[in-house]
Amino acid sequence: MSTTISDILGRKRETIDKAVIRFCGDSGDGMQITGSQFTNTVALYGNDLATFPDYPAEIRAPAGTLPGVSGFQVHFSSSNVYTPGDSVDVLIAMNPAALKMNLPDLKTNGILIVNSDDFKETDLRKAQITVSPLEDHSLDGYRLFAVELTKLTRAALKEVGLDAKSMDRCKNFFALGMCYWLYNRSMEPTLRWLDEKFKNKPQLVSANKLAMQAGYSFCEATEAFQISYEIPPAKLSPGTYRNISGNAALALGFVAASQQAGIPLFLGSYPITPASDILHELSMYKDFGVTTFQAEDEIAAVSSAIGASYTGALAITTTSGPGMALKTEAIGLAVAVELPLVVCDIQRGGPSTGLPTKTEQADLLQALYGRNSEAPAPVLAPSSPGDCFWIALEASRIAIKYMVPVIILSDGYLANGAEPWKIPAVSELAQIPVHFETNPEGFLPYKRNPSTLARPWAIPGTPGLEHRVGGIEKQDVTGNINYEPLNHEHMVRTRAEKVEGIAQDIPEIVPEGDPSGDLLIVAWGSTAGPITAAMKPMREKGHRIGHVHLRYLNPLPRNLGDILKRYKKILVPEMNMGQLVMLLRAKFLVDAESYGKIQGKPFKQSEIEAKIEELLD
Amino acid sequence: MTTATLPVYTKKDFQTDQEIRWCPGCGDYAILAAVQAVFAELGVPREKFVFISGIGCSSRFPYYMNTFGFHTIHGRAPAIATGVKLIRPDLDVWVATGDGDSLSIGGNHTIHMLRRNVGLKVLMFNNKIYGLTKGQYSPTSEVGKKAKSTPFGSVDRPFSPLSLALGSEATFIARSVDVFQQHLKETLRKAAAHQGSAYIEILQNCNIFNDGAWETITEKEARSEQVVQLEHGKPLIFGKNRDKGIRLVGLDLEVVALGSGTGEKDLLVHDEHNPNPVYAFALSRMDSMPGFPTPIGVLRALQGVPRYEDLIQQQIREVQARKGKGDLAKLLRAGDTWEVKA
Repeated sequence: MSTTISDILGRKRETIDKAVIRFCGDSGDGMQITGSQFTNTVALYGNDLATFPDYPAEIRAPAGTLPGVSGFQVHFSSSNVYTPGDSVDVLIAMNPAALKMNLPDLKTNGILIVNSDDFKETDLRKAQITVSPLEDHSLDGYRLFAVELTKLTRAALKEVGLDAKSMDRCKNFFALGMCYWLYNRSMEPTLRWLDEKFKNKPQLVSANKLAMQAGYSFCEATEAFQISYEIPPAKLSPGTYRNISGNAALALGFVAASQQAGIPLFLGSYPITPASDILHELSMYKDFGVTTFQAEDEIAAVSSAIGASYTGALAITTTSGPGMALKTEAIGLAVAVELPLVVCDIQRGGPSTGLPTKTEQADLLQALYGRNSEAPAPVLAPSSPGDCFWIALEASRIAIKYMVPVIILSDGYLANGAEPWKIPAVSELAQIPVHFETNPEGFLPYKRNPSTLARPWAIPGTPGLEHRVGGIEKQDVTGNINYEPLNHEHMVRTRAEKVEGIAQDIPEIVPEGDPSGDLLIVAWGSTAGPITAAMKPMREKGHRIGHVHLRYLNPLPRNLGDILKRYKKILVPEMNMGQLVMLLRAKFLVDAESYGKIQGKPFKQSEIEAKIEELLD
Repeated sequence: MTTATLPVYTKKDFQTDQEIRWCPGCGDYAILAAVQAVFAELGVPREKFVFISGIGCSSRFPYYMNTFGFHTIHGRAPAIATGVKLIRPDLDVWVATGDGDSLSIGGNHTIHMLRRNVGLKVLMFNNKIYGLTKGQYSPTSEVGKKAKSTPFGSVDRPFSPLSLALGSEATFIARSVDVFQQHLKETLRKAAAHQGSAYIEILQNCNIFNDGAWETITEKEARSEQVVQLEHGKPLIFGKNRDKGIRLVGLDLEVVALGSGTGEKDLLVHDEHNPNPVYAFALSRMDSMPGFPTPIGVLRALQGVPRYEDLIQQQIREVQARKGKGDLAKLLRAGDTWEVKA
């Protein structure tokens, strides 16, 4: 649907359903801030959206080079948005390197805004380009706007009194102003943000404001753009919304869990991309009594959390794959001493250091089996940035109720990607019951609750409950050191049974789409968006497709085996070599097919659609 | 005002019903006896004691103490104990560890615990050998040590544990010996009274894999010639007839015979509160200098350095005083929000 009106200059304003914009430039060009500001503004306007920040691991690769390119993509719409978009409608490229890296994703006839001031011979050389693309007609298939961003920004800021370098750092806001004009958006939210962000640096407030307003006016006054766009608000379910990233949602979820449980929150963490933002976020919430401990290493991070849990806190640790590997032994200890703990693994590309800033889902088997011996732990996975909040609450509930370490598998895409999130009322949040043992009468450290098999949580400082626990095998009930063969088998089986029993305490899964038919897509984590987006057109073509998205990976929903039997084929898209599919094949003896993508990038909707077509034709 | 009355404890109250699984004749028995005796005197309710250990012979310690106890994983006891202290600064948390557990696999946690001055009392049993894994050399074994993994002698240079602790900004370092019961108890009492990390090296005999490692110190005849007992405010004098002392010449320590013109006034006077670490550093490695005695007692006890857990809690209280207790509904709605109407 699109309607068009004209303004007094005869320029058109077209109402459209959705758009995908990507800002790209050098790591030092402020593309992440520019993208976040645009996102915030369209969110406040009421569009549904999804974002994809994509930046290099290096803080500042040499300026203007290909490895230094940073990008931020936002897809916003008047309808539901499930992915950041396969290709882009508008590309803002601040230099030749950014143009070269991102042009392949721009749609034919898409809008291309480049900073023509940065296409000198030296700039081209840094991007390994010989002939300027602005002159060789290679951009003829796009609507090219070569704008002297540097020169125009400097002209706008000449009264502010900044040096040339500082003025040039405002040119991203010139570009942002242009985009606000192009999509007919108010600059108000960003003006407010600037006041707050630089409240002690008034010069920077006015410089960035002037640059943004100049960009807006440039479009208004010149006849550069013959068209602008209007994307009406989306029809989201009623409520109060905010924009939220996965990492922020996890942090809020844990604060909420601590409040609902009535016990203090403790985070032991060591900085690692892309998990560090959770540490940053939680370190601000001292007013909620949150203790954050930046440990000397990953092992101390999880160990301190185990100490805090032993002492009665809701204890968590946050990391990514390499840190997860280091925490392995300590997680095994938490399994053995049966203490509550939540471990967040924000997955990234591997092995080893791998792709620190890029996404992957290849730690599933590590989370499930990456410990010595039989060390079962529940594993949960959020399916969207907002879902991270709910997963944090659920993981905390399970950890406390069953006295067990719980692993959350998020990933770089969920962690940094953002979406509008309907804010829950606190009254909607379930209480998390906590029982600290206080009665010395008949107290034994491994006397289990018969229904959950959880042992009592008996914290230091409680008179009469002095007792010893440890990683060494112990006798059930008494907790005394015990190496007897049958006791060991009993303990191994009991720990497994306790985790399996959680299946009775989690919801059955209901497929999206068709309840039976040609194809079932089984997936987990951040692939939810592109799969959900692909389902609609494929089902409209007459295919009978269902989709189950597993938030619980251990234990699996108790009815999953039945669901798998209702479809002729099973497809398992994952950003790995086929880890979930291996589990499904092993556990349910089904001929599930793997679709793996291991490029550090999320699936595109079109890729899922093509795979579905391939399987069903 | 109500006065809580503490139960009167005896050593027995700190013994457990667990079968002790150390080798007969192990130095650990003596350390256990001293700790149980001292705990009974400290005036701390039993449920407030927590004993945390890593892995090794020394780390079985918690099972034999009738307190809260946590036998964890190799080297990590200081990190786990830090978590305990951050949540409950009021608990009296002790760590049992050894030269392998604390200085090798757990070296990183040891130095950072000391740097932060977490209020933990660390008993580091130094027997200069790996006992539980049956006799490999350790980071405190002497060069040339013939052990299971070094049949031709170790070429590793050893640590001086107390030098390392001092370099890690430790506020309390002390040394005692398993068989010197009275001295050991006195050292434990001083450690218990210290605000912040207390690191105690206990010279302990492994009679199976490294028997006699400390013989030159513990042997009755040699003892007084080989050991100098540090006492705050007293000169450094040793010898069977108290006829030798230690003095400072330039930056070097020197052993001098007393009499014939050299008297107590020429000797170093022990000052455990000396803020300058140079003195304590010299003491910490004196034992490895030929002709010098091994100092035992408190080498350094810095006063007035805040405990890590108190600073962390204080920051939380300050933020809460300034901003009020957190309101979850407000937090969830922080930043820009918008309404979608039905």
